[in-house]
Amino acid sequence: MSKKESNGKLRQIFSASRSEFLVRIPLFLCAFLAFFSVLLIFLFILKESIPAISCLGLRNLFFSTTWRPNVSNPRAGSYGMLAFLSGTLMTTFFAMIIGAPLGIGTAIFIDQVAPPKIREITRRGIELLAGIPSVIIGWFGLTLLVPFLAHITGSSGYGIAPASLVLAIMVLPTITTLGTEGLKAVPAELKEASVAMGATRWQTIYKIIIPAAKESLIVSTILGMGRAIGETMAVQMVIGNARQLAFSPLERTSTLTSRIVTDMGEATSVFRSALYAQALALLILAMCLILLVRFVTRSREVTT
Amino acid sequence: MMEKKIAIDSLNMNYGSFRAIEDVTLDILSRHITALIGPSGCGKSTLIRCLNRMNDLIDGVRVEGRVLLDGDNIYEPTYDAITLRRRVGMVFQRPNPFPKSIYENVAYGPKLTGMRGKDELDYIVEESLKKAALWDEVKTNLRESGLNLSGGQQQRLCIARVIAVQPEVILFDEPCSAIDPVATQLIEDLMAELKKNYTIVIVTHNMQQAARISDYTAFMLVERQGEPGRMIEYGDTNAMFTNPKDERTERYITGRFG
Repeated sequence: MSKKESNGKLRQIFSASRSEFLVRIPLFLCAFLAFFSVLLIFLFILKESIPAISCLGLRNLFFSTTWRPNVSNPRAGSYGMLAFLSGTLMTTFFAMIIGAPLGIGTAIFIDQVAPPKIREITRRGIELLAGIPSVIIGWFGLTLLVPFLAHITGSSGYGIAPASLVLAIMVLPTITTLGTEGLKAVPAELKEASVAMGATRWQTIYKIIIPAAKESLIVSTILGMGRAIGETMAVQMVIGNARQLAFSPLERTSTLTSRIVTDMGEATSVFRSALYAQALALLILAMCLILLVRFVTRSREVTT
Repeated sequence: MMEKKIAIDSLNMNYGSFRAIEDVTLDILSRHITALIGPSGCGKSTLIRCLNRMNDLIDGVRVEGRVLLDGDNIYEPTYDAITLRRRVGMVFQRPNPFPKSIYENVAYGPKLTGMRGKDELDYIVEESLKKAALWDEVKTNLRESGLNLSGGQQQRLCIARVIAVQPEVILFDEPCSAIDPVATQLIEDLMAELKKNYTIVIVTHNMQQAARISDYTAFMLVERQGEPGRMIEYGDTNAMFTNPKDERTERYITGRFG
């Protein structure tokens, strides 16, 4: 929208008849509030992380794996977040490796394969899963997954592996729900055309429906990734919260989010600011994902 | 050569508890064009979709009676719907090319059956597009998306796509209702050409079209709201349009209702 147009729109909002005006103003305020809070949060986090950036330097802060906070004398500590950044990226990566095929598979099952009754049951199940508080899923991971992994691998059982598994479950509702919507939007005529040519159901799904819904399936996966990157509680319960870089999925480590909640109680001064810098990194990751979504959906607009 | 290709025998078709068509008996002759006409909702599209079992896709559909293709009942539980649809192709009301290149649209059917050889596929694509009278317009841009073609070209692409599977019967479900008169003319000419090699069934709401292109015409009607569609009259197209036997047919073709 050009500047001129948006000015016109603004004028329109304020120049309507009185009853219209009374409806439009609150709606305008709601929208403005949402935008304003995002801006405020971003600026606040940026401001709070500046002391750490200026005191430690970008390199020591973002590209070092040494995290040795000093509670009594914060300026004497080291605050490199690379180990946790790596933890976040690795848990998210493995969670998506498991969760994306599972979620997209479920979406295909719901939209294309399941008979009506089973479709309803599956859909309800996924909705319920979305409503389970993350602490419960984390607890389930802690009492079942961690001992199980410890038993079969001989490690402590904590680490990226259980965190990824827990996250894979938590991203399912996002991927499945959005994926189902995307598949539903594929015109029925395409499916009919394929079936009428003598394609089997699987050939139709694989050759026509999935390619036609590709962009929405990618977007649903990216949004699921956003959920995985931001999840805190469940991850903190199973990842072991060690301050080290993990070289295997079964070593204790931390993610950005779990490190923030673990340390925020005792952090002051530069220590506290370094945690804000982690929040900044998290925010930038999330924004990259949103840009990616916009990029993917824009390429769809061009091709159709 | 007046052999029967398809014999529809006392066919009923129900959506759940609603009966859409009742007691249709009709012979479709090989290498002729048979038109199904009638007002909207009379069951003509439902009937044509019984011939390649497209109604299988809808939940709660029940078919009674028999449809014989070369003497075999396609509704036998052991009859394979996939093989059936390769023998009985279909062109739809709205042109529905796949969001793929022109080449891939036509090669889709042959590839389904495992054809991979490039020369073989190139040959089939070219032949099919020629038979669908589209080759000259697209031969230089086979790699472009089928969606960039005009509506009439898209419909001919869909016809080429069906021809590539080498069917024996081609069903046309109101193929011209979404395209302009010039493109319609092209498709009608094409059908006249195709009937030399294929058995054609066409559903149309356009009586002039049925009169122009078909050899045989079946007239269907729902007499009262909520009743199933029944076949009122079936016969030689010229005879039916000049001298209909049933009074209801006469009223319909003279434009007094529908």
